[in-house]
Amino acid sequence: MNQLSHILGKEFKDYFISPIAYIVISIFLLVTGWLFFTTFFLYNQAMLRNFFNLLPLVFAFVIPAITMRLFAEELNIGSYEILLTMPVRFTDIILGKFFGGLLFVMTMLLPTISYAITVALIGDLDWGPVIGGYLGAVLLGAAYTAIGIFASSLTRNQIIAFIIGTAICFTLSIIDKMLYFFPQTLLGVINYLGADYHFQNIAKGVVDSRDILYFVSVCFIGLYGTHISMQEKI
Amino acid sequence: MIHMENLTKYYGELCAVDHINLDIHKGEILGLLGPNGAGKTTTIRMMTGFFRPNEGTIRVKDFSIEDQLLEIKKMIGYLPESAPLYYSMLVFDYLSYVAKIRGIQGKQILTRIKELSDLCGLSNMMHKNIAQLSKGYKQRVGLAHAMMCNPEILILDEPTSGLDPNQIVEIREIIRRIGKQKTVILSTHILSEAEATCDRIVIINKGKIVADGKTDDLKHSASEEVILNIGVKETSPESVISEFKPIQEVVRVERQHSTDPDILNFQIICRKSNGVDPRKTIYTKIKETNWVLVELHQQTKTLEHIFRELTRESN
Repeated sequence: MNQLSHILGKEFKDYFISPIAYIVISIFLLVTGWLFFTTFFLYNQAMLRNFFNLLPLVFAFVIPAITMRLFAEELNIGSYEILLTMPVRFTDIILGKFFGGLLFVMTMLLPTISYAITVALIGDLDWGPVIGGYLGAVLLGAAYTAIGIFASSLTRNQIIAFIIGTAICFTLSIIDKMLYFFPQTLLGVINYLGADYHFQNIAKGVVDSRDILYFVSVCFIGLYGTHISMQEKI
Repeated sequence: MIHMENLTKYYGELCAVDHINLDIHKGEILGLLGPNGAGKTTTIRMMTGFFRPNEGTIRVKDFSIEDQLLEIKKMIGYLPESAPLYYSMLVFDYLSYVAKIRGIQGKQILTRIKELSDLCGLSNMMHKNIAQLSKGYKQRVGLAHAMMCNPEILILDEPTSGLDPNQIVEIREIIRRIGKQKTVILSTHILSEAEATCDRIVIINKGKIVADGKTDDLKHSASEEVILNIGVKETSPESVISEFKPIQEVVRVERQHSTDPDILNFQIICRKSNGVDPRKTIYTKIKETNWVLVELHQQTKTLEHIFRELTRESN
């Protein structure tokens, strides 16, 4: 447990050593801020639904960019050998990197609370869906971080890791909007697979155990896949 | 201390390490020698738990690598080849991260880093980015990393590769100092290095152990044989070989390349026996013929010759 926290701390600090953190956070705020406020005054309603509507798509691109280095960089420069020959368990390494990435995603979300405050100042904001939205955003962020880490553990090339991660996250984000391509009998299953569907449920302010179970399962599958991928390398 | 039995590793079809049996004792400085691609690094990686052997087993003290890998990793300090460190970190940050992972706590972290920086000569580099360091300093950071938890076993993969001669001497000095209390295993393809630092030498070729012995014993067995280089005229290569082969002391006769087409150059490897100078034996033999002897000089056999003989087929 102790070692997990040391790895977490190192990974989180690492983001801020290089300019990547600042670039990713700026781009994220710029894109979400712009997309949100361009339509905000058209609807003329005091709510953050538009912001949360586009979050799965933005996350599908931003989170793989955050997680792509976690394993791929180590594999590339060879420090993976140093990491694996220190007395640390695989689970500590994986969870340390996962929570390091997730903490960064949460840091990135933190400034967007100013959107909520701005809206609350100019209108009568219902805080229920906002809190639900942030809870959903953290769960969604965790699921995509797990997928991104899995993609990163597959290759030593960060760009390939980014593309694989984006491909999976993007599919999960849009699949519930593509239902007309699938046969009638599969619709329920495929709808259930979509991350967006579950996220929007929570973002409405309805916290259902099925939705939470979905995100926890995606995290587990992603991290377990990483574990298998690490086992394969020794 | 370390016991390897039938250790085997395949990379696909290629057998990198082929049923190696090796016992390493406490307090030894063991040199793992071999040409490039002989399986040194693979053997080391299996010892440190980075690779899992396809067959065979390793035991360190009473722990087996299959079930108690974490215990083994706690005892081993390891410097991988060319010290792949986290390049974005500062030297101090990196060493304190390693200290924390190794379970050193509180104020002890600082004292330990201080000790190691003095030992490895890093005191002036603490605030620098690892990426900015020269290769020699990276190697020293790697060495400090390996020694962080005061491990019982220190494994160094080509610790002096790419260093300048002064740095090589310094690193050797450090290794010898540590080797007084600990078991050290180092791999290298530089013979003089192994000769200078190791108590025991194991030569690996094509994944197999081809020689294993105390450095002094190996050197001694090398000096049992001498090499005579001769140059003769007015004869044929066949007759030279047929003339020398039957002599009891002669181990091998080899034709050498010669620059002058009239002169035939040969290398004769002789065993030393009963204090008879092999030069005398050869000279007497030539005197019986009507060849013209233009060259005769003796070379003592060194570890390098043994190494070349044992690993030659691979080339």
